[in-house]
Amino acid sequence: MGDAEIIPIGTRGRPGRGTGKQPSTAARDLAPNRKPVAKPTSRPTPASRKPPVKKAPAQVPAAATAPVERPPARPATTTRDRGPLAGIPAGDWLAAFQHAALEIFGDRAEMQLARFLAFLRRRLTGDYVVDEYGFDQEVTQRFFMAALRPIAEKWFRIEVRGAENIPSEGGALVVSNHSGTVPVDGLMTMVSIHDHTGRFLRPLGADLVFSMPVVSTLARKGGATLACNEDAERMLSGGELVGVWPEGFKGIGKPYAERYKLQRFGRGGFVAAALRTGVPIVPLSVVGAEEIYPLVGNVPSLARLLGIPYIPITPFFPLLGPLGLVPLPSKWLLEFGEPIRTDEYDAGAADDPMLVFNVTDQVRETIQQTLYSLLMQRQSVFS
Amino acid sequence: MGAGRVVLVTGVSRDLGRRFARAVAADPSVGRVIGVDVVPPRGDIGDVSFVRADIRNPVIAKILAKEDVDTVVHMSVIATPGSAGGRNTMKELNVIGTMQLLAACQKAPSLQHLVVKSTTTVYGASSRDPAMFTEDMEPRRAPRAGYAKDVAEIEGYVRGLARRRPDVRVTTIRAANVIGPHVTSPITSYFRLPVIPTVLGHDPRLQFLHEQDLMDVLQHAVATDVPGTFNVAGDGIVMLSQAIRRLQRPSVPMPALAVGSLGSALRSARVADFSPEQLGLLTYGRGVDTTRMREILAFHPRFSSAEAFADFGSLLPPTGGRSERVLAGLARALPAPPPADQPAGADHG
Repeated sequence: MGDAEIIPIGTRGRPGRGTGKQPSTAARDLAPNRKPVAKPTSRPTPASRKPPVKKAPAQVPAAATAPVERPPARPATTTRDRGPLAGIPAGDWLAAFQHAALEIFGDRAEMQLARFLAFLRRRLTGDYVVDEYGFDQEVTQRFFMAALRPIAEKWFRIEVRGAENIPSEGGALVVSNHSGTVPVDGLMTMVSIHDHTGRFLRPLGADLVFSMPVVSTLARKGGATLACNEDAERMLSGGELVGVWPEGFKGIGKPYAERYKLQRFGRGGFVAAALRTGVPIVPLSVVGAEEIYPLVGNVPSLARLLGIPYIPITPFFPLLGPLGLVPLPSKWLLEFGEPIRTDEYDAGAADDPMLVFNVTDQVRETIQQTLYSLLMQRQSVFS
Repeated sequence: MGAGRVVLVTGVSRDLGRRFARAVAADPSVGRVIGVDVVPPRGDIGDVSFVRADIRNPVIAKILAKEDVDTVVHMSVIATPGSAGGRNTMKELNVIGTMQLLAACQKAPSLQHLVVKSTTTVYGASSRDPAMFTEDMEPRRAPRAGYAKDVAEIEGYVRGLARRRPDVRVTTIRAANVIGPHVTSPITSYFRLPVIPTVLGHDPRLQFLHEQDLMDVLQHAVATDVPGTFNVAGDGIVMLSQAIRRLQRPSVPMPALAVGSLGSALRSARVADFSPEQLGLLTYGRGVDTTRMREILAFHPRFSSAEAFADFGSLLPPTGGRSERVLAGLARALPAPPPADQPAGADHG
């Protein structure tokens, strides 16, 4: 190979990374007239970096002859548009990812990677479907549930009882007590129901949820909708599993001293919705959520100023700052009670206030009694 | 001529009105179409006979009587102050014009059918909205100004006419955001911005109606004579974030106040016809229930919301989408084709 192409490495003494006056060590090592043994056998420590620089003038002629010997066609090396990630071809990225994925997932890695890539592309091109309430099933399943599941299983160690009381299909209304200062119990109920029955719980939220930025987006994507009769009836007649917390802010914002005492159940709108659509009401009692953020104080004047129902003060918040936001790891029990049928009542039942109040009381009593019995069975808050 | 029905269409100077008038004229059961507006239409109006009249003055009553009009299609409801020359003119055209037109209609003995093109803006947009508005629902917050208030007043006058002239069949079409390659409206000029401002932390639900479907539904309403109020929208919901991703345009989330002031800046610079009602829509979104449209009006739009939006976006060059191209490159390089992918329900995390 007479005129073998010499692959240039380094800057060959032309202005490049260095000052332009001296060739780099790499260039000196590769210069054709050099003996390869010139490199010192022991690597210089940072303290002994000076000597090679002093030696450098002796090497200059060797490197300076290089442009004469070779065609000067190569343009000066520039480092201009080289971002940290630019210029790496997609193939290299892919090879790196493939290799990493192979290490982690084993031989099904490529399939996994391809599926994940397809998912990412669907998200980025908007090629997915949301239902009329804005529920994004894919992202709920892949992200929200996956993120909440470890909290439910490892932090709160949720124990679910009576999951068979949730109908496997058709509309149903899950009515639960509400507690915990921050509506974590709703999220945990969503995960638990999904993991035990495969169905998505569609929570009904207060209008405050839908006026808050970020929260409103997440709520709609997660399947929530506004707690109003129109939406409740629409969802129930659409065959969805709807979750409702009729205590509302009175429930989650009650002081720790009143834990496990059910507050007033709204105006019974949820019962009217169930009666109109004839779906069963599944009472749910949640034990453990009261202890995650024990509410010991409130700043009503500041809360009024900010337009929110209460400002929580717990033993750790705001005393410990962000650390106080970590919920206490109480042990949770979720018990789904026997479904209360509403399809036996006649058509006008929803317009009979006395009947609505009676059914509301029945649901409320069931939840309260179950709460008491669960509290009796519980050995301690954290085990 | 002479045998068929006589249809009067208002607002033919604008593109949708002109095209609708032409489409009606092509209908064999329609004998004669009269287009009315204050300025002559810009395009070809075909068989439509144009009468230059202002619906704000009683001349319109004479036209109705002289031509023996039996069907009036009111399309002259203006959504943006920019095109009308100021908010006052817009309000006058919308509200006073409709009052005059309806007064003339009440006096016209030959009139049998009135079709009004309204909009789903009457429902407003707020955080207290139900997910889907049905026709009998009221807005949660009554609109205080602007287009939404105009439309609410117009619908009030239309209901008044329906009460006083029970022999006239009144059909009100509440159309969702009309979108299409040729539509110029606040929502289309918003999506035509190279970088789309969004309200930080909110992802509204949107519904679209393709321009062709609007033509079809109005024509259907003229042809079938079904009285009542109907929401008309394409099937399904498109989230704003999803719509922007489908357009492959970059978006800038900013606080609601900033979006509002940017919108008014764009309006005064005549870059985009951004209407104040739009801020509510872009924050809270709106969905309307179209069951009555399917079952009573028996109209089925050809385009779903997503398809209508895709048709609108097909002519817009993408200004973003870099990460998508990187991913597409990766996907091409990946040897294994993606397996039969169940988008949902298969993966259990």
